[in-house]
Order: sequence, then C-alpha cells, then structure tokens
Amino acid sequence: MNVPAAWYLVLAALLFGVGAFGLLTKRSALIMFMCVELMLNAVNLTFVTFARTLSDVGGQATVFFVMVVAAAEVTVGLGIVVAVFRRRSSTSVDELSEMKG
Amino acid sequence: MLAISSEVPSILIFVTAAVLILVGAIGVITLSNPVHAALSLIMTLFGVAVAFVAQSADFLAAVQIIVYAGAIVVLFLFVIMFLGVDRRDSVRVEPLVGQRAFAATGVAITVAGLITLMARSHWVTGALSVSTKGHVLATGSQNVKQLGTAIFTTYLFAFEATAALLVIAVVGAVLLARRERVHDPEEVDV
Repeated sequence: MNVPAAWYLVLAALLFGVGAFGLLTKRSALIMFMCVELMLNAVNLTFVTFARTLSDVGGQATVFFVMVVAAAEVTVGLGIVVAVFRRRSSTSVDELSEMKG
Repeated sequence: MLAISSEVPSILIFVTAAVLILVGAIGVITLSNPVHAALSLIMTLFGVAVAFVAQSADFLAAVQIIVYAGAIVVLFLFVIMFLGVDRRDSVRVEPLVGQRAFAATGVAITVAGLITLMARSHWVTGALSVSTKGHVLATGSQNVKQLGTAIFTTYLFAFEATAALLVIAVVGAVLLARRERVHDPEEVDV
C-alpha cells in the first residue's frame, strides 16, 4: 500500500503557503531567509514526488541542484545581513528605506 | 531502512512527515525568538527528509540532513549568535495596517489555486521516464548509483555550473563580510 502522490503534493503546497505567508509578514531578514528555505523545501518535495510517480531520476537530480543553489543563496544572503547589520545594527527590513521614492 | 518501510504502513510515515513538516513550519513563523525559529526549521527539514526516504530518494534524504540541518541551519544560528539578535522580535505589532490579512488572503488564494489546478489535471501528468523503462525508482545504494549516473552524464554541464556558482558565492560572501579597512599609516599591523 502506497500513499498517493496527491497527498504529498498537497502537503508541499501547504508548506509553500506557510513559507510564503512568513516571507510576506515577517520583519527580521533572518526569519525571512528561513521562510525562503521553507518554500524551497516545498518545491523539493514536489520534485521528489514527481520523480517517484513518473519514475524519472531527473526530478531527484533537480533537487540536488536546488540544494546547491540554496546553499549559495544562504551564504551570500547572510553575508548581506551581516554587512547591513554592521551599518545600522538592526536586521529589520523596514529600516532599509533609503531607496524610497 | 527498506525493512522498516515494508513493515510500517506508508500512511504512518506520511502522517509523521506531515506533522513534522507543518508543526515545524508554523513554528518558524510564529516563534518570536530567532533561535527557536531556527530549531523549528530543523524539525521541518527533518520531516522533509522523512518524506524523501518514503519516496525512495535515500541519497537526497541524507544530503538534506547533512547540508540543510547540518550546514545551513548552523550558519543561521552562527549569524544569529554573531549579531546578537536573539532578542524577541515583536510579533504583536503590525507596522502596515492589514498586511497580515492581505498576505493570508493572497497565500490562501495561491495555495487553493495550486491544489485545484493539480486536482483538475489528475495530480501528475507527463510521460513515464524512458531511462528506467517505467520501473519504479531504485532505493538504497541503487538510488545513489542512479542519481550519480544521471548527474554525471545527463546533467554534467549543470553540475559543472554549480561548481562555478559555489566559487562565486564564496568570493561574494567574503567580499560582503569583510570589513573595509581605511589605510592608516600609523596603524602598522592589525
């Protein structure tokens, strides 16, 4: 007995929704990055589910590359957070408003 | 791993993974302390790893634990400690009026649209892979072999590109995190 792919897809959609809600409402740049990780993981979950259902290992290879890109993104993103924190000793994205028109 | 998954009903594994994932994800967005949020993120990542194992992606489950829980979350925790921002983020105040309501509405519409779209198209559409000839994906060490073969043959160019991407990311992080040093003649060595 196997769990249908639909359940995993719905689970991934819910995870994506939670991540998107956090990204839209949170103020701290660090928490926003964590929410981006949640969304990336939701997409990874759908890729693995499709790979299983279509029995194509290409989906899993894509997840591998997504993980590499996520690692690179976190490295650069946290570097930016550290650089911003040094200038204004806060990680709140609300205070970054110099480019407001 | 194989012995367990054949004995334990897969529905139980799914429920476990779903609870881990959703509780962890809600923890990330509700907990006010960033350290707690990062620990909650580990829970979600672990749940996703469980879901990977249940869907015969054994290698990716291992990478998920090692890279995400082991490296990325540790990097998050390191930055939280380094900046000393582990004080409570105010959850109560809402600087933009109605922001949460708008976000919740937009997210609900998006998720409902996604699920409806998938349900209308019978969840999974597409042709079965020709490389596995319609057989189920291998598990265990065979999964590593399959995935490795795919990455080093079909996706070789993408694999090489990730190497370049990682180098660029490391150089970028070093440049960003470096303190700009003003050239001061009196300051001999720092």
